[in-house]
Amino acid sequence: MRAIVSIAGLTKRYATGGDALKRIDLDIREGEIFALLGPNGAGKTTLINIVCGIVTPTSGRVLVDGHDIVRDYRAARSRIGLVPQELVTEAFETVRAAASFSRGLFGHAPDPRHVEKVLRDLSLWDRRNDIMMTLSGGMKRRVMIAKALSHEPRILFLDEPTAGVDVELRRDMWGLVRRLRDQGVTIILTTHYIDEAEEMADRIGVINHGELILVEDKARLMKKLGKRQLTLNLQEPLAAIPTELGEWSLALNANGHELEFTFDAVEEHTGIPALLRKLEQLGINYRDLNTKQSSLEEIFVSLVSDRATALQ
Amino acid sequence: MSVAFNRHGTWAIYRFEMARFLRTLLQSVLTPVITTSLFVVVFGAAIGGRMSEVNGVPYGAFIVPGLIMLSLFTESISNASFGIHFPKFTGTIFELLSAPVSPFEIVLGYVGAAATKSFLLGLIILATASFFVPIGILHPAWMIAFMALTAVTFSLFGFIIGIWAKNWEQMQLIPTLVVTPMTFLGGAFYSIDMLPPAWRTVTLFNPVVYLISGFRWSFFGTSDVGVSVSLAMTLVFLLACLALVALIFRTGYRLKH
Ligand SMILES: Nc1ncnc2c1ncn2[C@@H]1O[C@H](COP(=O)(O)OP(=O)(O)OP(=O)(O)O)[C@@H](O)[C@H]1O
Ligand SMILES: [Mg+2]
Repeated sequence: MRAIVSIAGLTKRYATGGDALKRIDLDIREGEIFALLGPNGAGKTTLINIVCGIVTPTSGRVLVDGHDIVRDYRAARSRIGLVPQELVTEAFETVRAAASFSRGLFGHAPDPRHVEKVLRDLSLWDRRNDIMMTLSGGMKRRVMIAKALSHEPRILFLDEPTAGVDVELRRDMWGLVRRLRDQGVTIILTTHYIDEAEEMADRIGVINHGELILVEDKARLMKKLGKRQLTLNLQEPLAAIPTELGEWSLALNANGHELEFTFDAVEEHTGIPALLRKLEQLGINYRDLNTKQSSLEEIFVSLVSDRATALQ
Repeated sequence: MSVAFNRHGTWAIYRFEMARFLRTLLQSVLTPVITTSLFVVVFGAAIGGRMSEVNGVPYGAFIVPGLIMLSLFTESISNASFGIHFPKFTGTIFELLSAPVSPFEIVLGYVGAAATKSFLLGLIILATASFFVPIGILHPAWMIAFMALTAVTFSLFGFIIGIWAKNWEQMQLIPTLVVTPMTFLGGAFYSIDMLPPAWRTVTLFNPVVYLISGFRWSFFGTSDVGVSVSLAMTLVFLLACLALVALIFRTGYRLKH
């Protein structure tokens, strides 16, 4: 598939500090939802702000739909909508004026019908004549999205769109993102909520300390790094794992009340039937059992901490 | 959709800035009108009563061009500096930086709006003053030209201050420490011919003298320095500001990290 955003050798060193980005190479495919994951200070916002023209890169090149973001900034930027991480609004501007302003700023002729549609989609139409000061945080967030959508971008950057947003609005937002994707809009979002990336993204990039550690299809990532666990609630606690069970990777939890078996999610032969038979032979009885797949969160934490220990 | 000139974007900025002006219309207009009235009444009537004429012009009328210039300077600077400093302060500038607008269009929008406001204010002050003292305008076209040039130049200057300033104190620094004193010492309320020769020479290094002198000439046909010199100085100042603005955008100075 075609890369709609192409980032090559991008670095950023702020005047005041160390390297915020270290030689990032990344291609965003047209029409995908790409989630950028990373802890605080990883460089997510810096990366987005460079692509959008707010921060100047130290070195490297970014093409947006084939247009260089520096030399051909007009063409590049007119394709991009940005919803920044921080809620910044003009206190005395009305909701509708704010959206119309953004539309004009990005070079579009006024189109009250489009602005109305965007505001309705975001349940802001009833508040169209209210000034920003009187809106709640969640509503301001929606106005920021409305502003970005008012100029019909082909690429939408959402920098932590659901930070400080309630469950319902979060669902709304996910729905909106999907609808936009169906319309062909490419979406790049950053988030701390890993379930969000898990739920939404087609591909996931993990960034830490300014380095892109990994870029992978979500499904493949889950498969590749995903572990599954079988937990057995024992009737009688065990003091130690019997040596007869040495061939399985087991752990004893909850004061010996739980036996936990970790296995690879992709493997054909999990070893579960053999394990259960063995337990029966040994006279270890269990009340209950359940399996669980490791979440992206666990994958992420292990990735970031592996990296950290490897560096030490 | 690559365009050579983003007129919708420029217009959006201009309209936004004008809307801000209209929201605070009463105070925007009332303050300078009251100040002017006070100046004209106090200086014109009280002092003017004892001074009779300067260069053949009644003192009450003589100070009006100076008063208008003083307002043009301060209003242009404060309008333009506030217009660009506020988004920097609140963070809304991100949108401007991420938009497909060129530096020229940004300046046209912000400086155009600030200049429009102060130009209109200049006219309002003129109208207010003529309510108290009779004022004849000898060269109306030149008067308009000087006013427009000054409004644009000082709005550009204000725009630069708004970008340069790191906080609200710094925003006030140049207007209060440089511009207002230079205006008062620049012949706003007197003819520099009234000064001792040594001071007159010093005064000629004050660029404001040339601006006020030219403007006053367009009213009364008399001036401290030649009109062409005035015009040239105004243009020099304008070009200097333009060059500085260009440099700011080229380097991203205090706009981008
Ligand atoms: N304007 C700036 N000046 C100096 N350093 C900065 C600036 N902005 C960001 N940084 C530094 O660059 C690094 C990356 O910051 P960035 O905001 O990109 O992180 P992030 O991944 O978006 O974090 P978060 O999840 O907290 O939003 C951090 O170390 C940060 O302190
Ligand atoms: Mg961030």
